[in-house]
Amino acid sequence: MTLRFRLTDDQRALRKGVRELLARRFGREALRAAVDAPGRLDRTLWRALGEAGFFALRLPEADGGVGLGLPEAVLVFEEAGRALLPGPLVATHLAAGSVPGAAHGETVVAAVDGELAEWLDAADVVRGDASGAVPLRSVDPLTPLHRVPATRTDPWSALAGTGDVAAGTAEPVAGTGNPLAGVPGPSGGASGALLGCPDPLAVLLTAAEQLGTAGRVCELAVEHARAREQFGRPIGAFQAVQHLCADLLVRAETARAAVYAAAVTADPADIAAARLLADEAAVRGARDCLQVHGGMGFTWEADVHLHLKRAWVRAWRAGGSARSEELLAAALAG
Amino acid sequence: MDLSDTPEEEEFRARLREWLAGTLPTLPAEPSPDDWPGRRAYDLGWQRMLYDAGYAGVHWDASPTLRMVFLEETEKAGAPYVGANFVGLLHAGPTIAAEGTAGQRARWLPPILRGEQVWCQGFSEPDAGSDLASLRTRARRDGDVYVVTGSKIWTSHAEVADWCELLVRTDPDAPRHRGITWLALPMDADGVTVRPLRTLAGSAEFAEVFLDEVRVPVANRVGEENDGWRVTMVTLSFERGTAFVGEVVACRRMLGELARTARGNGRWDDPALRRRLGRLDAEFRALWRLTQWNVSEAEASGGVPGVGGSVFKLRYSHARQELYDTAAEVLGPDALDLDRPWVLDRLSSLSYTIAAGTSQIQRTIVAERILGLPRGR
Repeated sequence: MTLRFRLTDDQRALRKGVRELLARRFGREALRAAVDAPGRLDRTLWRALGEAGFFALRLPEADGGVGLGLPEAVLVFEEAGRALLPGPLVATHLAAGSVPGAAHGETVVAAVDGELAEWLDAADVVRGDASGAVPLRSVDPLTPLHRVPATRTDPWSALAGTGDVAAGTAEPVAGTGNPLAGVPGPSGGASGALLGCPDPLAVLLTAAEQLGTAGRVCELAVEHARAREQFGRPIGAFQAVQHLCADLLVRAETARAAVYAAAVTADPADIAAARLLADEAAVRGARDCLQVHGGMGFTWEADVHLHLKRAWVRAWRAGGSARSEELLAAALAG
Repeated sequence: MDLSDTPEEEEFRARLREWLAGTLPTLPAEPSPDDWPGRRAYDLGWQRMLYDAGYAGVHWDASPTLRMVFLEETEKAGAPYVGANFVGLLHAGPTIAAEGTAGQRARWLPPILRGEQVWCQGFSEPDAGSDLASLRTRARRDGDVYVVTGSKIWTSHAEVADWCELLVRTDPDAPRHRGITWLALPMDADGVTVRPLRTLAGSAEFAEVFLDEVRVPVANRVGEENDGWRVTMVTLSFERGTAFVGEVVACRRMLGELARTARGNGRWDDPALRRRLGRLDAEFRALWRLTQWNVSEAEASGGVPGVGGSVFKLRYSHARQELYDTAAEVLGPDALDLDRPWVLDRLSSLSYTIAAGTSQIQRTIVAERILGLPRGR
């Protein structure tokens, strides 16, 4: 009997390798330095990610890619989410192969997503129509955001790869000055266009990042519950705290099964389900982790708030949960 | 990571489907829930059909994956589940197979597989629920028999059972877990009294079993005296992640029916309800994947269940209750009518966060055994 729905040795090795790379290149010190310099994208790190194959992961080897599949991409993005790695990772990854330089970390690609756009000012190339975009004071110190005017047409068509809106109206965002700004549609657009919803791959990779946060905040909560003592014993010995931690794990592990399965099937409904589970695991997980940390959790110094804020930003991508819930409901009734 | 069938599984699935398609139409009508002798006959009859077709031992000797395929396909086809054979097939039988002598296996296992005998479970007591190891039913050795006195509770199928897998205390002075012994109790022995217990759903699914100086031969002991706790844990870990396969399949089907009902009665126009159904669909898709994940893990570890069981049970029991609460919203005022579909099931679902370890106990297990938090109180 063969073993199937679990990580292969190669996949475990990949995960370990990425975790080590990120620990080296984006450890806690680098993370806090990035927090202190909001809006700045570390191009050296970006190129290092490119060299490591972060963006070219799914391109065929013949095209200079790594030749791996969606499950591997999900594992890599899970690690990125875990490490709170900043930058328009999903947009650049999806642009690899169609935007020159994206695959190897030389070009930073941002994308307009509904009424929001992440990392516009740092991007060399912007996909979608960013005209009239106004910067906002982002809740997440590690994700600069622009507000894009309420849409001229369907907000999702640009992302769904139809390209009409983007090609017709896009202008380079002020300051980027790149002639490629406004190139249409990322990959995987066919099914997305069919469903009139965002690129399912962008949704899936975002879910993978959320999964990384969900796993990390569970670890952080457990570490704190073991170490912090009150009333003469670790707070993790109190059932009220134990049960918060148990729920953190339950949400993360349920989301993990959904996200990994969606990476295997690449089915839009499975992806919608994965995103709902992963958003919940990340957002509620970060909240519970913050609660377990007590007063420490409310400080700027602890990393918990960074996870919560990033989880909030990611949860708004691709139309938020409402879009995925409606997609699944429609499939049920169909 | 792979979710496709191997050729072996594909063939197993195809053969099973074909057999189910030919066999299910020949099943007799299902007896009413209160007709205990009728239900016993029906469940044993189904087990006999499985035996004749070569599927009787699927819970015991098939790989976790094939067992999952079996449960998935039988549920999809609308076949009966184990019913009165539950304890025999999933608890007592596996325990005897693992811990019994050759003579005990030959005596008790074939009648279970052939659909001839029903077993029930005498574990919980009025004062030993989640804290099972505090059980007090006493067994005193008298030559070659144990004399058993005490009471058991939540015993399903006690009215129609031939045998009871019974946990008794044989050494009251030993540490709690070390003074317990596993006995096979014949339900027709003198001193055994069964009193049905009416649940909040109005039905008599459980019973209390009173034991008054019941004489059980020492030959009916499985494992050593005072080693019953370990023997029992072998039983409890047997499910290998497949315990809820059929139920998850059934929940996913029910979601489709709910959506169709909502479209029919107009409640589908409420976006809040639609979104709630969409979220539940995500939930049960995830639970199905978690089942497959746990089964793959069990497969990889040679049949030993991983840590996923408690995680799954916590999430599933809550999701299933949420499913019935959503069904009530779809039904509207009909949710108060016991003759409507799902209304009785909604009542039954209230046990899911209690039975086989309450959600609170499960969370403590997850926190201490999986996350390694310090033992609390």
